[in-house]
Amino acid sequence: MRKKKLKISTICLYAVLLIWLLITVIPILWVFINSFKSSEEILLNGVALPSALNFDNYHSIFSYPDVNMLRSFLNSFFISGGVVLGVVCLGGLAAFGLGRFDTGIGRIIDALMVACLLVPAFATMIPNFVTVSRLPIRETYLAVIVPQVAGNLCFAIMLLSSYMRSLPKELDEAAIIDGAGPFQVLRRITVPLSKPMFATVGIMVFIWSYNDLITSLVYISDQKLKPVCVILTMVSNMHGTDYGAMMAAIFITVVPVLILYMLSQELVIKGLTAGAVKG
Amino acid sequence: MALKGKKYVWLCITPAMLLIMAFLIYPLIKTVIYSFSSWYNFSLTSEWIGLDNYQRLFSDRVMPVAFRNTAILIAGVLVFQIGFALLLAIMVDSAHHGFKIFRTVYFFPIVISGTAIGLMFTLIYKYEYGLLNYFMTLFGFDKQVWITPKTAIFLALIPVLWQYIGFYFVIFLTGISKIPEDIYESAMMDGITPVKKIFYITIPMLKDTLVSTIVLVVSGCFRVFDTIYVITKGGPMNSSQLLSTYMYQTAFEKYNGGYASAIAMVMIIIGVLLTIGLRKLLKADAED
Repeated sequence: MRKKKLKISTICLYAVLLIWLLITVIPILWVFINSFKSSEEILLNGVALPSALNFDNYHSIFSYPDVNMLRSFLNSFFISGGVVLGVVCLGGLAAFGLGRFDTGIGRIIDALMVACLLVPAFATMIPNFVTVSRLPIRETYLAVIVPQVAGNLCFAIMLLSSYMRSLPKELDEAAIIDGAGPFQVLRRITVPLSKPMFATVGIMVFIWSYNDLITSLVYISDQKLKPVCVILTMVSNMHGTDYGAMMAAIFITVVPVLILYMLSQELVIKGLTAGAVKG
Repeated sequence: MALKGKKYVWLCITPAMLLIMAFLIYPLIKTVIYSFSSWYNFSLTSEWIGLDNYQRLFSDRVMPVAFRNTAILIAGVLVFQIGFALLLAIMVDSAHHGFKIFRTVYFFPIVISGTAIGLMFTLIYKYEYGLLNYFMTLFGFDKQVWITPKTAIFLALIPVLWQYIGFYFVIFLTGISKIPEDIYESAMMDGITPVKKIFYITIPMLKDTLVSTIVLVVSGCFRVFDTIYVITKGGPMNSSQLLSTYMYQTAFEKYNGGYASAIAMVMIIIGVLLTIGLRKLLKADAED
């Protein structure tokens, strides 16, 4: 009797978990399936599998005369790659200075970093727009890269410096006795040992930057330089009535991060949740 | 013996500090100044007008709507991103199979951009082609026009909630896995029921995680933008404006930089007060 009761509760448990699983995948699955159908076919039956594997929609989103999806993908990779590079280099260097040296400066800067986390992008957007538009970097990738790097630096420095602080000090000592200078210590010891945290920060920043809409919306007006998220909203505005193509455009935008997630799922989960518990 | 030399420390932190000063601290100060100024079209000149922008906030009819919508969002995240995510984490933790699959799938909406998710739900809500109306006709109901001034904010917030449940689910799941097994074992020997186990062991042991997560989700409510902007643009008739979307439109569509800065100031002040206040309140509560 008791055993049977237990079974019913187990079935309920799995039922709830499976329902939420379906609710999670159905929207994206629906978009994926419909991306292979013409608009007429979608109207006829929105949930059936496509009658044939038809790539017309993908063909048409890459051949619009007024918006260049392909170029926008390249833009996204240049921008997000640049942001990752900037954050990792500048953040790594600063974290080394804060985490591996015994000075009083560190504590003040640490407090400053925590305070910076409270500043939302909206609070700096208008003056940054003015700054960027008056600098020679306007209408280049740097116009969006530089503010994004600055916005991600505080967090990266916090994660990296606390990681570097936890590395054993004896390693540095041995190297110093062997005659290594601080930058040799950084290159030969600290950076190789901190690779896991660099990877976590890199992934976090890449996904954040690739997905970010607002900063690219504000800082870049030249259509040729806009990343894919902005271009996606333009496709929706100009060609949104072609439902099949819209489905394809949405799906193709998601593909790069989806691949990243499939290839290194643990790293992505770690990267995106890294700072969450810290608050 | 650690590395020594202030000179090197400054050398290391200066590049990052310069960037933070130029694109985080300086603009923050400028936003404060602009919020006291009459400043249009991003012109070179602005005029100091004292508290006029702030006074205007009180007579602006969109502000109460934006506040109401933020309150709805906060209620939504507390129920779904904290409550439901915690429930899911406890359930997955006590399920014996499929741990990895549930974790992988539940987390995956987080990696997708708010823009793509917004457009995805726009299509789901469409009258003719939408998934929602497909199900309506399937179950014998009439098709609906989903996005109206009354419903817009709820429909625009559903994807936000949907997207982030998996994120907090993973955070809670990690927290639960860190609870030492022997606590459960000794409780089991005392004959504790599964439900009591949740309320007397799991949730109290998760208190720290819960506190920082609640602070995180509530302050995060002031940064929601992409999904709302894509689905409704704050409309119809401003019914689904949040402070973020309203500030963006005031600055970059109406070119009123001064007033937009005052809206940004409201976002900063409430965000900071809520973060500090909630942390104090919940921490004090957790220590009792």
